[in-house]
Amino acid sequence: MSATIEAAKPALLVNGTPYEVVMGIECHVELKTETKMFCGCRNVFGAEPNTNVCPVCLGMPGALPVPNAKAIALLVKAGLAFDARIPAFSKFDRKNYFYPDMPKDYQISQFDMPLTQGGVVHFWLGDGSRGSCRLTRIHLEEDTGKSTHASRDGRIAGSTHSLVDFNRAGVPLMECVSEPDIRTAAEAVAFLETLKRTFVALGISDVKMEEGSLRCDVNLSLRPVGQTEYGTKAEIKNMNSFNSVGRAIESEIARQVAVLESGGRIVQETRGWDEAAGVTHTMRSKEQAHDYRYFPDPDLTPIEFAPADVARMRAELGVLPDENLTRLIEADKLRPEQALQILDSPGLFGYYAAVVERCAKPQAAVNFVLGDLSRLANETQTPVPESKITPEALAELVALIEAKTINSKTAKELIVRLWHAGGSPRSIVEAEGLAQVSDTGAIDAIVAEVLAANAKSVDDYRAGKTKVLGFLVGQVMKQSRGTANPTLAEERLRAHLDATG
Amino acid sequence: MPRDTALEVARSVNAGERSALELTRSALERIAERDGEIGAYLTLTGDLARAAAERVDAAVRGGATFPLAGVGLAIKDNMCVTTTRTTCASKILDGWIAPYTATAVQRLLDAGAIPLGKTNLDEFAMGSSCENSALGKTVNPWDRRRVPGGSSGGSVAAVAAGEATIALGSDTGGSIREPAAFCNVVGFKPTYGRVSRYGLIAFASSLDQIGPITTTVADAALVYDLMAGRDPMDATTVDRAVEPALPGLREDLRGVRIGIVREFGLEKLEPEVRAVYERAYADLEKLGAELVEVALPTADYGIATYYLIAPAECSSNLARFDGMRYGLRVEGADVGSTYEQTRAAGFGDEVKRRILIGTYALSSGYYDAYYVRAQKARTLIAADFARAFAACDAIACPAAASPAFEFAAKADPVSMYLMDYYTIPMSLAGVPSLSVPCGYATPEGSELPMPLGLELSGPLFAERSLLGIAHAYERATLHARARQIPEIVATAGAK
Amino acid sequence: MASGDIDVAYVAKLARIALTPAEIEKFGAQLGALLEHVDALAALPVADVAATAQVIAQSNVMRSDTPVPSLDRETVLRGAPQREGAYFRVPRIIGEVT
Repeated sequence: MSATIEAAKPALLVNGTPYEVVMGIECHVELKTETKMFCGCRNVFGAEPNTNVCPVCLGMPGALPVPNAKAIALLVKAGLAFDARIPAFSKFDRKNYFYPDMPKDYQISQFDMPLTQGGVVHFWLGDGSRGSCRLTRIHLEEDTGKSTHASRDGRIAGSTHSLVDFNRAGVPLMECVSEPDIRTAAEAVAFLETLKRTFVALGISDVKMEEGSLRCDVNLSLRPVGQTEYGTKAEIKNMNSFNSVGRAIESEIARQVAVLESGGRIVQETRGWDEAAGVTHTMRSKEQAHDYRYFPDPDLTPIEFAPADVARMRAELGVLPDENLTRLIEADKLRPEQALQILDSPGLFGYYAAVVERCAKPQAAVNFVLGDLSRLANETQTPVPESKITPEALAELVALIEAKTINSKTAKELIVRLWHAGGSPRSIVEAEGLAQVSDTGAIDAIVAEVLAANAKSVDDYRAGKTKVLGFLVGQVMKQSRGTANPTLAEERLRAHLDATG
Repeated sequence: MPRDTALEVARSVNAGERSALELTRSALERIAERDGEIGAYLTLTGDLARAAAERVDAAVRGGATFPLAGVGLAIKDNMCVTTTRTTCASKILDGWIAPYTATAVQRLLDAGAIPLGKTNLDEFAMGSSCENSALGKTVNPWDRRRVPGGSSGGSVAAVAAGEATIALGSDTGGSIREPAAFCNVVGFKPTYGRVSRYGLIAFASSLDQIGPITTTVADAALVYDLMAGRDPMDATTVDRAVEPALPGLREDLRGVRIGIVREFGLEKLEPEVRAVYERAYADLEKLGAELVEVALPTADYGIATYYLIAPAECSSNLARFDGMRYGLRVEGADVGSTYEQTRAAGFGDEVKRRILIGTYALSSGYYDAYYVRAQKARTLIAADFARAFAACDAIACPAAASPAFEFAAKADPVSMYLMDYYTIPMSLAGVPSLSVPCGYATPEGSELPMPLGLELSGPLFAERSLLGIAHAYERATLHARARQIPEIVATAGAK
Repeated sequence: MASGDIDVAYVAKLARIALTPAEIEKFGAQLGALLEHVDALAALPVADVAATAQVIAQSNVMRSDTPVPSLDRETVLRGAPQREGAYFRVPRIIGEVT
């Protein structure tokens, strides 16, 4: 039975005192809808600038917002996937501030009555341990336009002007806020990967950091182990991949430790991650409080859910990735990284599950799927589930190996053939007589032939060069057109070589 | 000089007796003759008008009929009309061409109405006199030294001066009803949510409503019936069937209870004005109505409540006028100073005042004491109306305490705000309300009798009943329409 | 409910409107007069009253996730105070907090 072992956390010492890292994560995730949050413009990445815009998402005079029902449904689904509460009553508020990528100079968001509250994200770590992080809330808001700055390095500082594209303005965004339950960079990455995996599996978002459909900020502080009061936190932004998040966290931990060890004070501020330099820089002091003047948006009605609606949406969720992951690790005994690979490649989980259903040999199945099949997939640029080797065929193959009907060499050759041409391994083996020869007499006959033909090797072996045995086994295999049981072949060779002599 | 109503114009065009094009040409000529003096219009849409008229005429020849066939329509310039300059009477939008048309306007155009032009208003609909326009001056056709009222001053003056058969205005705290009273026309604000606000440039989102300005109640009912109803582009429109008002017009008030508001006692008014309203109440009784006293105890808090809620919403609604995407830009060294200088140059004083007080009312530390408290007061006011309407079918009161005042007479902002005393409570409660001519009074120091309006208000969604009552009153009070506006001196070549 | 002097300069900053010192003083006086009027609201018994959230109570007004044609880009950019090719051009963004 596998582990809910407490992952051994490396001790973090600040001047000899054990400290712990306390982190919370805030993500903005673009929802996978056809249209924007408050208007019917298309929600697509990469379109020609300012072509998916209308009076509403440009904030033109007289335009009014009307909410996208699908966006609301997807966000609620996201909350339910993580056991969040769906309050009966929820509303939209205006968050008022000025910025050139803000078409209305207020953002329609949710302040005190978000669509979901609470929840918890469970995740598996690479060492086989399980972790979790509670969610504070997930709320719905609209994205801003995108500005590019005319400067040598594309940064705001030193720019002469900026250019704004409003295609992204109004795209529906989920803001997921976690409690400060995360303690290591590995947990942060696992948390994010779990969000991504779940959102992709449920069709909620594509979650492509490189396209900006997931943006995250990490709030990080240190405190002595045992202290309940939080230390001063820094907010880290500008990470553009999950790995980047991990690196930024490690860098920031080191920075804060250095500050504390030298007797300094952590300043509450926003810091930007600089990927190239591998450090965070001050962006602005968080002490400048913004007065967003939140008030309920009078152009929109509240969203109300009856308990029956919520129950129905929960029932429609289906099996969640974390449940599948847990099954793979606990029931099928896969290693976490194997389980994650199966789950994260599109279609692979279904394929693998179909194989295991038929052959009941998870380890064998995963080894083939992640080994030979994945290699072939790469070589032929064809995803495993789209190849000609069906789950039934692979399950048959596994059964044939289990029964020792064929040896692993034959199996490997068959896989390549099945990949390209399809078919049933059992039929091929029968038709072509590829069954493994495990009859001692038959093997002995071949052994005798091989030894007779390779006198020098025999002499070498007897002279102490035992490595030559491998070559001789190879010769037996060759002689038997690959069908000899290699273990038996080796055994019989040894028997002959050691006996006579 | 009797004028054709919209009903009559449409009938005659549909019957082939007159062409929309010839009517449109005369309307545009009349505007050219008069508007130099009246100043109702900011923009004329002659091309759009002629094209619309031709389309209507062609369709009518083919056998089609339109409820507003050939009817000349003036549109307040805070409503978007595609390809047309739309300014809100503000420098910050001067020159802006709207890329779409407001739903309410489109519904009337689809019904055959002819768009004659965009009319003047107090900037961003903030005002009660039309004096806050940054782009033009509109005078009261009854006395050019006096204001037409606001904020829909231009639309009202256009109808009053015969420069349009019908007009659209918007009403947030009285901006249709008060000017209608000042200029002796009918001005109607429907229940909040009955008419789409899509394309109406927002002032206060929870109060704004578009409504008709006409010479008769029947015309107002006709226009309302065509505009009202759910719009998928406006989430605040109500999903509720519109009972057509036009078939519900009645000739008497037997069985109708009219509420007279205790707090709106006529003794506060000037004697001549008071006499007009006493007569109006008596006329209601003569028609068979039973007058009952009702109370609106929180009505006196209306102005304080309104002048927190409306500015708060407008401070947010007007943030978008920032010089970045459309309209005026005064370029500064950076975006921050561009915002500040653009808005300083683009907004007039009244707009600035309301943005400032609204920002303050929403700001941290003051939100509960001001904005939230005002919304609670609003709940009480709405409850007062609900209770009053349990005892009556409609409430009658003055639309304004006195006739139109002279230009610059109300320089102090708060004295101007008090002009909406009788109209604001209805806006806060969302109830339908209209002003209908009820007589004249001569202001002190003047020799010209000026119009007065009777305000009739009904329960939520009771437009049919309310307009029915107003129609009966109108039919029985010819004296209220006995006078004509003074002769307009033709100014050739204007606009 | 405090009706202290409204800090017009601070509020004007929040609202992004540049005011001259004379304007700050003028508006301060005018808005102060309005706030005195507004102070009357303190007399209302609102302790147990719910704030009006919507004039006409409705809920769940939404639209389906169906695309609708967008505006033509030239129309959009034609009204822009400044454009650069396919983009809106805005002055440099320094010191703006988000």
